[in-house]
Amino acid sequence: MNINLTMIGQVISFAIFVWFCAKYIWPPIINAMATRETKIADGLAAADRAVRDLELAQDKATDQLRQAKQEAAGIIEQARKQAGVVIEEAKQKAREEGERLLVAAEAEIEREFNRAREELRSKVAQLAIAGAEQILQRSVGEAANSELVDSLAAQL
Amino acid sequence: MATESGADSSGEYIAHHLTNLTFGKLPDGTYALAHSSAEAAQMGFWAVNLDTLGFSVVLGAVFSVLFWLAARSATSGVPGRLQNLVETAVEFVDGNVKSMFTHQNRMIGPLALTIFVWVLLMNVMDLVPVDFLPALADMAGVHHLKVVPSTDVNITMGLALSVFALVLFYSVKQKGLGGFAAELSLHPFGKYGLPINLVLELVTLIAKPISLGLRLFGNLYAGEMIFILIALLPWWAQWVLSVPWAIFHILIIFLQAFIFMVLTVVYMSAAHAVEEH
Repeated sequence: MNINLTMIGQVISFAIFVWFCAKYIWPPIINAMATRETKIADGLAAADRAVRDLELAQDKATDQLRQAKQEAAGIIEQARKQAGVVIEEAKQKAREEGERLLVAAEAEIEREFNRAREELRSKVAQLAIAGAEQILQRSVGEAANSELVDSLAAQL
Repeated sequence: MATESGADSSGEYIAHHLTNLTFGKLPDGTYALAHSSAEAAQMGFWAVNLDTLGFSVVLGAVFSVLFWLAARSATSGVPGRLQNLVETAVEFVDGNVKSMFTHQNRMIGPLALTIFVWVLLMNVMDLVPVDFLPALADMAGVHHLKVVPSTDVNITMGLALSVFALVLFYSVKQKGLGGFAAELSLHPFGKYGLPINLVLELVTLIAKPISLGLRLFGNLYAGEMIFILIALLPWWAQWVLSVPWAIFHILIIFLQAFIFMVLTVVYMSAAHAVEEH
């Protein structure tokens, strides 16, 4: 238990180890720890922010959904109305078309009827002439004439 | 090494365990290893305790390399096992330093860390069975070996005086030579009690490194002494005392390293404090 050079040796090695620690050990470890601390703090802050963002996004989504529903309902309503109008218009048109066709058909019938009558009339004249010719040629009795006339009349 | 009982062999055994492996100049002028503590004492100041200084340097190197390996690959992401261990130590020391030392000094953290871990490692050598390493050394032809550096007063006083030198250096740096002199001479009785002040303050100042170094030495020396005494028991009975003492000693080992670090930081803090006059 003598004080000797060992003490000086210890002082020197102490100085070296402290210097080494201050230069190569302490700074990197403290830096790594500080960096991790800020990273964790940032991460927590980001998580908080994300939760807020999520809430905002959900609110927005709900709003948009409601708006879309309203719009859809409006569109359906409008479409229904329009469909009614279209159907109404189509009915109207069909009715008009039917009437027009009816009128046209009536006119056609009328025309046909007139034409047939004209034809008939001209044919009656011919028949009358033919009948008259036959009467004149045959000079038959009253009965024969009336028979002839009857048959002519039946032809009408 | 519980040999046959007998006061002589027990005394020899204890003395043998308390003798350093000292290298120095013998009275006849040759340089050699001392064969006894008396011979070591004759060598005077110009001798080196190869065992304690050697273990001290090896343990300091273990600390440096281990922590340097962790520091070199230190990542701010998920730390590995070694980095985790090292960070635990650094965080513990840094927390203590921050709570006690409020001045600006980038040296104080590394200083405290080095002291804490190094002293802790030196103290832990006390848990190695007392005869284990000396017996191995004996087989290798080395006849004296003290394995616990902090049971050598040279080692603890070397640390304490280094701390004292830093305290003086920072006292002068922070307060100026005049400020430091004023602090030593104008307290506690004002300028008319200057001589008394100086005596009191110098005693206080000198007591710091002495108490710092001797506290660590005394605690570890006493602990080692008890392990040596326990080793005198028959081999089959030793565990009855050595196990409880070793478990209790773990506390002392940690506590003394912690106290050494805390006192260093406190002294450094006092050195930085500029008092109002």
